[in-house]
Amino acid sequence: MPEVGLFIPCYVDQSYPQVGLAAVRLLQRHGVKLHYPRDQTCCGQPMANSGCDEETRPLAERFLRIFGRYEHVVAPSGSCVSMVRNHYARFLEGKPGFDHLRRNTFELCEYLVDVLGVERAGGRFPHRVGLHQSCHGLRELRLAQGSERVVAPFDKVRQLLASLDGITLVDLTRQDECCGFGGTFAVNEEAVSCMMGRDRIADHERAGAEVITGTDASCLMHLEGLIRRDRRPVKVMHVAELLAGAEG
Amino acid sequence: MAQAGHPEAAARFAADDARAHWHDQALWFVRLKRDRQARALPEWEALRACAEKIKAHTASRLADYLEEFERNATAAGAVVHWARDAEEHNRIVHGILAARGVTRLVKSKSMLTEECELNPYLEARGIEVVDTDLGERIVQLAHERPSHIVLPAIHKKKEEIGVLFHEQLGTAAGASDPAYLTEAARGHLREKFLAAQAGLTGVNFAVAETGGVVVCTNEGNADMGTSLPPIHIACMGVEKLVPRLADLGVFTRLLARSATGQPVTTYTSHFHGPMAGGELHVVVVDNGRSALLAAPPHRRALSCIRCGACMNTCPVFRRSGGYSYGAVIPGPIGSILSPARDPARHATLPFASSLCGSCSDVCPVRIDLHHQLLAWRGELVAQGRLPAGKRLAMKLASFVFRHPALYRLGGRVGRFLLRHLPRALLYGRWNAWGRQRELPPAPKKSFRELYGRDDG
Ligand code: SF4
Repeated sequence: MPEVGLFIPCYVDQSYPQVGLAAVRLLQRHGVKLHYPRDQTCCGQPMANSGCDEETRPLAERFLRIFGRYEHVVAPSGSCVSMVRNHYARFLEGKPGFDHLRRNTFELCEYLVDVLGVERAGGRFPHRVGLHQSCHGLRELRLAQGSERVVAPFDKVRQLLASLDGITLVDLTRQDECCGFGGTFAVNEEAVSCMMGRDRIADHERAGAEVITGTDASCLMHLEGLIRRDRRPVKVMHVAELLAGAEG
Repeated sequence: MAQAGHPEAAARFAADDARAHWHDQALWFVRLKRDRQARALPEWEALRACAEKIKAHTASRLADYLEEFERNATAAGAVVHWARDAEEHNRIVHGILAARGVTRLVKSKSMLTEECELNPYLEARGIEVVDTDLGERIVQLAHERPSHIVLPAIHKKKEEIGVLFHEQLGTAAGASDPAYLTEAARGHLREKFLAAQAGLTGVNFAVAETGGVVVCTNEGNADMGTSLPPIHIACMGVEKLVPRLADLGVFTRLLARSATGQPVTTYTSHFHGPMAGGELHVVVVDNGRSALLAAPPHRRALSCIRCGACMNTCPVFRRSGGYSYGAVIPGPIGSILSPARDPARHATLPFASSLCGSCSDVCPVRIDLHHQLLAWRGELVAQGRLPAGKRLAMKLASFVFRHPALYRLGGRVGRFLLRHLPRALLYGRWNAWGRQRELPPAPKKSFRELYGRDDG
């Protein structure tokens, strides 16, 4: 069985530990041998997205030092994985081990489907669920086809969710619009960011979702922040929590 | 980012929630039309790839193709003029008009002349300029600028246009029926067309092989403006060139579908030389384009065919309005082109994006828009244009992330404070996150504390 380096992004570590634990349970249930390197912190995405390359570079180098030795690296966060796969090249191109790292870092659901070949996630989740497609997972990792492109439809996360017993996946009017988180964008452009988030929530609510799920705790943190402030009834769950919980 | 920029303008637009949502819906409707038309072509992605390649190839040999174009256009009887910048462009156009005593000019939409600010230039010299595209005419009557490159008056509701037309064109008070208003505008424009002594158009594509220029419109006004008066001036940026006539079909199929969700534009007019007894002038403008061509990170932005699809799809544009970008070309592509012109003035634009990437996937010529926006952020930071506070925060965070013990301590302290500080303090003015949102939970233990095992 593959030996996996578990990457728990900083904000998941600090604010959503249960998401990390759920990812651990899921991976272990599928026979993965996990390693959790204790020195890991942050992939540097906030700095990179702010254009602060000088501040990003040492974190990218650090990430390679810590995770370069594993056969696979898995994280419950599409945007952090995209950072490694699509944005580290600027800092690490040509460094020994980088090619291996880039090709073997996976988002959790992607890992289950593409590498472990999981077709059905076991378990039961008898609820109406709305899937929020996080943009980086969608358009940078291609976890699903995206509504802009004319290609054969596929959706790795939805496929896992749909295989649960009793689940109803609701249909949104705007299948994959951004929730407005966008890292520092959420603070920098607070007005538009919050309007986008509320629009996303409204779309899920109109579709009758009881639970909003997704691959990125960051998008969900933004949506949940609005939901709690506005006292809306809809719940938010990371897909790892949902899948791990469904298995019972 | 010292001066007021996109965030402030966007917040003002978004403050009128109903209006911002109406704007969002109007543009989303166009995006859906585009989706249907794109999906009707199984070869859509292949077409995009093809268009990208043709553009890249043309850019790599632009000087050659421009010369070929000039040769063939001249042979067909057109006069080709070269303008280094906006000022020179305006001077050339005015020169042609002044030499022939023209005082009444009709124009069919050209974003290039907006970019060069031709209208005020000519008006100051006694020439009446009438924009003849309905949307452009509306903003011209309202003394505004286009808020979108394909739908210039998309920010105006039909009721507002009714009031404007009532005041300016004498339509019935309170009328807002689009058919009625359009008819009134038509009548008004007909007089302008008949009285015009020269017509000016933009150029969607210029073909090196034939020396012809191609203009796509839906209202047929480019044809009215170029067939009634004897003088036709066509203004184009150097990047409008395609090598062969055969390349054109790739772009016309992509353009109409991406722009408005139509299978083809209503009128695609080809101009090869002047009409009998008339004159055709083609003004080819650089105005910063060759500088962009020389800068590899943003070269691909020059492939833009100005379809506006990236604006319609952009969740930020839809909710912040075209004017919030403070530039002739707004939206994702504008946020790349504008800082290239004037980084100080447009420093907030590359940050006015959640980097969702929808623009890159919708773009018919596959410009990697969201990656270019990200690249711009890096350049602006390198130029020292990130506010000192934000830069410092990033430096500090980076330092903490490099020192795991410090990170663990910081995390513990942070979570403790989040759990125990009074709400009034946590949600003070400094907390932009917390103005409309609750902060994320602060669990007692972090993942690494719960996971416990030293395993790596
Ligand atoms: S960047 Fe692409 S999508 Fe945007 S206007 Fe230009 S061609 Fe259209």
